[in-house]
Amino acid sequence: MTEPNWDTGALLDALEDGVRAEMAQRGMRDPAMVGIHSGGAWVAEVLHRRLGLREPLGTLNISFYRDDFSQIGIHPQVKPSRLPFRVEGRDIILVDDVLYTGRTIRAALNEIFDYGRPAQVMLGVLLDRDGRQIPVQADCCGARVQLLPGQRIKLSGPEPLAVSIQSV
Amino acid sequence: MNKLQFDAAGRLRHFLTIEGLGRDLLVRIMDTAQSFTSVSAQQVKKVPLLRGKTIVNLFFENSTRTRTTFELAAKRLSADVLNLNIATSATAKGESLLDTIRNLEAMHVDMFVVRHAESGAAHFIAQHVAPHISVINGGDGRHAHPTQAMLDMFTIRRHKGDFSPLKVAIVGDILHSRVARSEIWALNTLGVAEVRGVGPRTLIPAEAESLGIKVFHDLDEGLADVDVVIMLRLQRERMSGAFLPSEHEYFARFGLTPERLAHAKPDAIVMHPGPINRGVEIDSRVADGPNSVILQQVTFGIAVRMAILSMAMRSGGGPTEEELQ
Repeated sequence: MTEPNWDTGALLDALEDGVRAEMAQRGMRDPAMVGIHSGGAWVAEVLHRRLGLREPLGTLNISFYRDDFSQIGIHPQVKPSRLPFRVEGRDIILVDDVLYTGRTIRAALNEIFDYGRPAQVMLGVLLDRDGRQIPVQADCCGARVQLLPGQRIKLSGPEPLAVSIQSV
Repeated sequence: MNKLQFDAAGRLRHFLTIEGLGRDLLVRIMDTAQSFTSVSAQQVKKVPLLRGKTIVNLFFENSTRTRTTFELAAKRLSADVLNLNIATSATAKGESLLDTIRNLEAMHVDMFVVRHAESGAAHFIAQHVAPHISVINGGDGRHAHPTQAMLDMFTIRRHKGDFSPLKVAIVGDILHSRVARSEIWALNTLGVAEVRGVGPRTLIPAEAESLGIKVFHDLDEGLADVDVVIMLRLQRERMSGAFLPSEHEYFARFGLTPERLAHAKPDAIVMHPGPINRGVEIDSRVADGPNSVILQQVTFGIAVRMAILSMAMRSGGGPTEEELQ
């Protein structure tokens, strides 16, 4: 069963406002942006365009950094990671669609640091939901949400980008 | 034989031969390898996928290139690698192959990469290892060299995209070539329009056409209008047998020169599994020329072997592909 769609435009507006405020507070003048495949990359494309960042958008495929490889194996991703800028010493804005257990972000941070040591990393997510398993938090988000047992968030895209809550 | 490659849940456990593998699996290997190509762009050229695993390169036959690319692939997956030089190992002192395997198992290793001069050696080891151990065939006798075939398929896909319209010529000693045998399986499984086998009558197996290739004994005819030329290494020991009269004559009839390559399509790629014999099967002007992708094959070999090692290493009783969807 799928709940009615969220107002994705409003979520993106709120996330953009949050990222701008956090950039100002941290003094980030020329950050690079990285989206996590695939939902995070879709959200990052929108944000990257809205913020008018100088560097091309980077994308991460965190499959090889997941901690559940022995349980589920690897899913072939036709799109490899691509960070078309120097990570060393840079301010990075990391973007994902949903922050849930925190394991995806842990994997993404590990991968980013294998490209170089950034000066700082800011985390922006479209939706911050409950259910954290490791201590990771978002610096800004489109909305925070608590789900009932058996519910999950479904993002479809990239065009149009749409968020819904599914009961499974 | 082919069932041996999969576990009870249908997951790839050993990688011994292309024969019997489906198109979907071959495409999946290439897709996974494509993802691994980005690892070489990182400052730290490693991913943690096989951290804590131990892989043994069990090479009963010398091969610097294959062993080093397997070693590098395993290290880029963060596995520990043990290179066992069989010539100086206990097998030379009379220990049987199975005793060697049992001793390595007792050291809690997770995977064997096996190269052996005898056809079927990797299958034999796969039949006798403990259930948690995977075996990868790094080349066995005249039988199979499946990882070389897959890196060649990956190289072809990178340059040509779709396999279906392609005409591919495999040139040289097809009779003794495990690479050719595995490539013919792979190319036919991937649905190329035509696979050609080009070489002297003494070096083309009698049953060649039943393998799914069109046989040519004239190089110019065999290369006409092809998209891909795969040159095979001519083993010099064949010269002393009844197979060939001389290197000079072989080069004159089957050596790939720029003039001969002109019969292929202008954008044809030239491949070779290495090491190349310059002036025997291939002219330096072609080996180092604009159509050559020989060094790219070496580079891609690492990503393809990373894909195969990681796919075969997966264990732990997780869900199958079908259950995940």
